[in-house]
Amino acid sequence: MSGLPEDYLSTPLRRYGMDHERYDWSMLPERKPVKWPNGARIAVWIIPALEWFPLNMKGQPFKPPGAMQTAYPDLRHYTLRDYGNRVGIYRIMEALTRRNMKVSVAINAAIAARTPSLVRECAKLGWEIIAHGRDMDHLHHGGMAEEEERLLVIDSIKRLEDCSGQKIVGWLSPAKSESFITPDLISESGLKYLCDWVNDDLPYVMRTRKGSVISMPHPIDIDDYTILVQNHHTEDDFRDALIDQFNFLYKESSPEAGRIMAISLHPWVIGQPYRISALEQALDHINRHAAVWSATGAEILNAWSSQAK
Amino acid sequence: MRDPQYFNYLPYRRRPVIRWPNGGHVAFWVAPNIEFYELNPPRNPSRAPWARPSPDVVNYSYRDYGNRVGFWRMLESMKRCGMRGSVSLNVATCDHHPEVIQACMAHDWEFYSHGTYNTRYLFNHTEAQERAVLQDSIDTILKHTGQKLDGWLSPALTYTERTLDLVAEMGLTYVCDLFHDDQPTPVNVKQGRLVSVPYSLEMNDTIVYNVNLVSPRRYADILRRQFDRLYEEGKTSGTVMCIPLHPYLIGQPYRLDAFEEALSYITGHDKVWLATGREIASHFLEHYYDEFLLASTPVGEAP
Repeated sequence: MSGLPEDYLSTPLRRYGMDHERYDWSMLPERKPVKWPNGARIAVWIIPALEWFPLNMKGQPFKPPGAMQTAYPDLRHYTLRDYGNRVGIYRIMEALTRRNMKVSVAINAAIAARTPSLVRECAKLGWEIIAHGRDMDHLHHGGMAEEEERLLVIDSIKRLEDCSGQKIVGWLSPAKSESFITPDLISESGLKYLCDWVNDDLPYVMRTRKGSVISMPHPIDIDDYTILVQNHHTEDDFRDALIDQFNFLYKESSPEAGRIMAISLHPWVIGQPYRISALEQALDHINRHAAVWSATGAEILNAWSSQAK
Repeated sequence: MRDPQYFNYLPYRRRPVIRWPNGGHVAFWVAPNIEFYELNPPRNPSRAPWARPSPDVVNYSYRDYGNRVGFWRMLESMKRCGMRGSVSLNVATCDHHPEVIQACMAHDWEFYSHGTYNTRYLFNHTEAQERAVLQDSIDTILKHTGQKLDGWLSPALTYTERTLDLVAEMGLTYVCDLFHDDQPTPVNVKQGRLVSVPYSLEMNDTIVYNVNLVSPRRYADILRRQFDRLYEEGKTSGTVMCIPLHPYLIGQPYRLDAFEEALSYITGHDKVWLATGREIASHFLEHYYDEFLLASTPVGEAP
């Protein structure tokens, strides 16, 4: 066994607060409470993702969740992902439209080029569009040149805006993967919020090179891929997880101190015939409560921002 | 070395009988891991700090959730069940998040060391470096909590061949790193007296949620089953049950109620000794360490 360099024990960032400057240390119970409109206790934020995984994806610097798995050409996984964008998303649309629920849909820019009518259909339903990078094989990561990443950000936003006619304000990186400067680039591109970090249940301010961007609580736990595909749980387990999540947040909240229930969905997962009712049953449970506000990310952000100091 | 020989052989059914205080069948303790993971730590050649290339914002921020959000919920659940924590502490958290440490102290919780950061691994440390890490833990815990450091769980379960010897030599009395038993046992070290207090990977929420991928309600069932059997066997000779927790996992809204139901089921029993790691280690050291050592036989040399 060889020793380590002496400076392995050096800890220059051992200090009060975080070990970086991106955001401040802040405890949820000490946070300034936020009130949602009409005395709602829970803002329900539903975020399906429309993704494209290229058949010949390189999977660099790592394979994102949902990546191709067999040797090339992996038709089974490629086509199952596409199932989500042809069939599954329409089941989700029906489930949510019937229940008058607001939606923010995270879309890879490649979808705008491949099937622009799908993007326009989301916009027509009044869904907010969140820019979700170029595709699932263009991950943002620390080894990337700044200019290359900047182009990816700007190009993704532009393609989605041109296709949908919407002004985009939110960003979700493919696989939630960032470089050290992704929040800077997002802020410099004029966007207002970022969905990659999972350290909070409320929005909070991130410092960037130019002003700030707001981190929104987009989950990895309350997510159909995590529970159904990664964890191999049943549809009833997925429904119960959503219900338990909601019940706990409802109990913890009050009309004076709201919480956010964010639900991350993938149409190729939850949009299967045998699974969709799990989502429907959980939504029905949620909607039986009066103090619930169905909102888009942008609406939640505006309500929060207007009360932030 | 092929076999660390940390403990002699002493079969479960042929050992001195343990009696816990007040006739408890099970010494039950809860060990919240209060951790700080660095966003961009120096690289140890034996282990990468993060699954993804730096910066791994998802995994970093997931763990940060524990201190910002999850800890405070877990604390309330434990308070409602009258359960003190024995904190497995990355000691740098005293500097980063003193509010968390103060909240633990306000409820009379115990602290033991889980290294400096959960992103600084003991692999490849020289003896001097390893001593420096231990000394820093001793000093930091004393300075911030007033407690003498008695217990050790290696950071991210990383070691050198010397770790347990140094832990004992530097005056600590118990370790949580060995998973060979449901009762405390003496640990063979070069000098000093060291006790292994059963911690558990089976009951550990990291293993349960991140490795075995079970649901929250299933975790609660696992905890109840484990307790029921140890409670029954503890009528014959006292057993130990530990629930190691991580606030970033157990503190997720959809997991807390199921956990609290299981915790309250356990703490609601009559013959359960609600203890801390230090209390279990002291009781064993005082009453059973010598007897256990005497009854045990050294493990033979494998061919």
